[in-house]
Amino acid sequence: MSSLDKVSVINVNQQVARLKRQDALFWIVGLMTLLFALVTLTSLIVDMAISGWPRITQSFFFSFPSRFPERAGIYSAWVGSLCVVLVTAMMAIPLGVASGVYLEEYSKKNFWTKIIEINILNLAGIPSITYGLMALGFFVYYMKLGQTIITAGMTLGLLILPIIIVTTREAIRTVPSHIREASYSLGATKWQTVWNHILPYSSGGILTGVVIALSRAIGETAPLITVGALTFIAFLPTSPISAEPPFVSGQWLHDPYTVMPIQMFNWVSRPQEEFHVNAAAAGLVLLTMTLLLNGAAIFIRYRFRKKYKW
Amino acid sequence: MAVNKALKSEFSSPQSVRRRIRDAKEFLIRSILFLCATSSVLITFGVVWTLLKEAWPFFQEVSLKNFFFDKEWTPLFENPQYGILNLISGTFLTTLIALSVAIPLGTITAVFLSEYASSRVREFLKPVLELLAAVPTVVYGYFALLFVTPLLQVIFPSLSSFNALSAGLVMGVMIIPYVSSLSEDAMRAVPVYLREGSLALGASNLQTSFKVIVPSAFSGIASAYVLGISRALGETMVVAIAAGLQPKISLNPFESTQTLTAYIVQVSQGDLPHGSIGYKTIYVAGVVLLCFTLIFNMIGQKVRSHMEKKYK
Repeated sequence: MSSLDKVSVINVNQQVARLKRQDALFWIVGLMTLLFALVTLTSLIVDMAISGWPRITQSFFFSFPSRFPERAGIYSAWVGSLCVVLVTAMMAIPLGVASGVYLEEYSKKNFWTKIIEINILNLAGIPSITYGLMALGFFVYYMKLGQTIITAGMTLGLLILPIIIVTTREAIRTVPSHIREASYSLGATKWQTVWNHILPYSSGGILTGVVIALSRAIGETAPLITVGALTFIAFLPTSPISAEPPFVSGQWLHDPYTVMPIQMFNWVSRPQEEFHVNAAAAGLVLLTMTLLLNGAAIFIRYRFRKKYKW
Repeated sequence: MAVNKALKSEFSSPQSVRRRIRDAKEFLIRSILFLCATSSVLITFGVVWTLLKEAWPFFQEVSLKNFFFDKEWTPLFENPQYGILNLISGTFLTTLIALSVAIPLGTITAVFLSEYASSRVREFLKPVLELLAAVPTVVYGYFALLFVTPLLQVIFPSLSSFNALSAGLVMGVMIIPYVSSLSEDAMRAVPVYLREGSLALGASNLQTSFKVIVPSAFSGIASAYVLGISRALGETMVVAIAAGLQPKISLNPFESTQTLTAYIVQVSQGDLPHGSIGYKTIYVAGVVLLCFTLIFNMIGQKVRSHMEKKYK
């Protein structure tokens, strides 16, 4: 080996060692970055748990808001959230799944379909508060629905519609085409194929999307502030079931309401520190709900992936 | 007669009656599904039309010159001034801070997950990271105001208790998963042979990541950035809680500021009579916000369709 070759071998070895060091360094940087994000998430949860935990008692869940922080609770807020999300789900799920099915199974590649697709992407990017402004102008003042549960539910329904459409389409796309072909070749119609095969097989994915969308709706605050959710409500909506005929009533749809995030926002924005403790407790409840729903979504996705293997 | 007979036989045959009913049913279902799909277009029109309709009367009272060049934004005061630039400046300041957190951290996370982490680590960490985006924004607002701001005040004693800095930082952390998830998808869509070719030529993993993978996936990564930008522009609760209520043209992150969205929240908390000046101004702020996000959405879609063409 000539001396020149020896020099270049040493150089190459140095170079390789340097690159390996850089690689290892980046590995550490990447891990630190990820840890930073996760530590932030953890400290958010821990901080809220430390301040809020003492307030999590039974009376906190079953008391109405009050001027006295230690007496205030979230009764009207979680009942309101439940009612609003119910309306949201009843509106967004059928509409979203139907749109997804149409776009994936029925539509042809034409101008109109393309417009709808671009439009759904755009809708998903519109800030949520814009939906609130639209709802204030259209539902509250134009349709005169007032500042009620039905307005809130419809507002959030429109907001999560694009999420449901997109996840439905993705779920349907994973059903392989031989399922469709087998169904058609036995003489089934399009709708029979969709109803008996496509929807059942993609239901895991659709359900995942629905759960994630609803957890988003539960945590959404801004659009409901614009449509005028009240922050101080010391009564519950009318019960949907009554002892007298006609036994069921839709009056609750037209009642004023408040929801969990708005109750929390109201407590955060007060200067007194005692209310901040309440805010932390409400935040803890809210956070638990969204994390549980997201956990459920991951679980559903995992279960269904195991069930159907193509 | 013959026609009659044919018709008769057609109708009397139970099978063809069933077929007709079936065809009618299919048509009906198809039409219903089509109407559902079309409703999303109607929603967009509804949003744009409502916003423009309610904002329009404002511009009959206030000239565009005042709107763009007034020094202050004080529409509810005795001597109202309508300088929208104050709100736009606050919006862009918090967005800028958020992006300077979300873009570097999101990109590094994406490279790490896509090129360095094993598939088991990725399967576990990606959903966990996405929880960051699932936390309700009002909770982030609480966190920014009551945890991050006091923490920053230890380092910067001059920091006011409502400030753009902590709101922007927290918003940035919240946006990381939006950036990293999409970027990671784009990086994993880069064909394996490019990766293998680079590694076979003796490039290190790091060189391959930043000189081959990131440039090839760049349109996908860019569309992730654009999504992050439009998220930050439209984010409401964090800034409404933690950034304060003082609209001003300033790039000082240590002071209190106000964004378009926070203004809307502030005004709509009061009782808003239909047609009052407060009512009109929130729609004006809404229209300006919508314009910005639509522009960024359109850029994002252009970039993404560019990427899809590249790898087909």
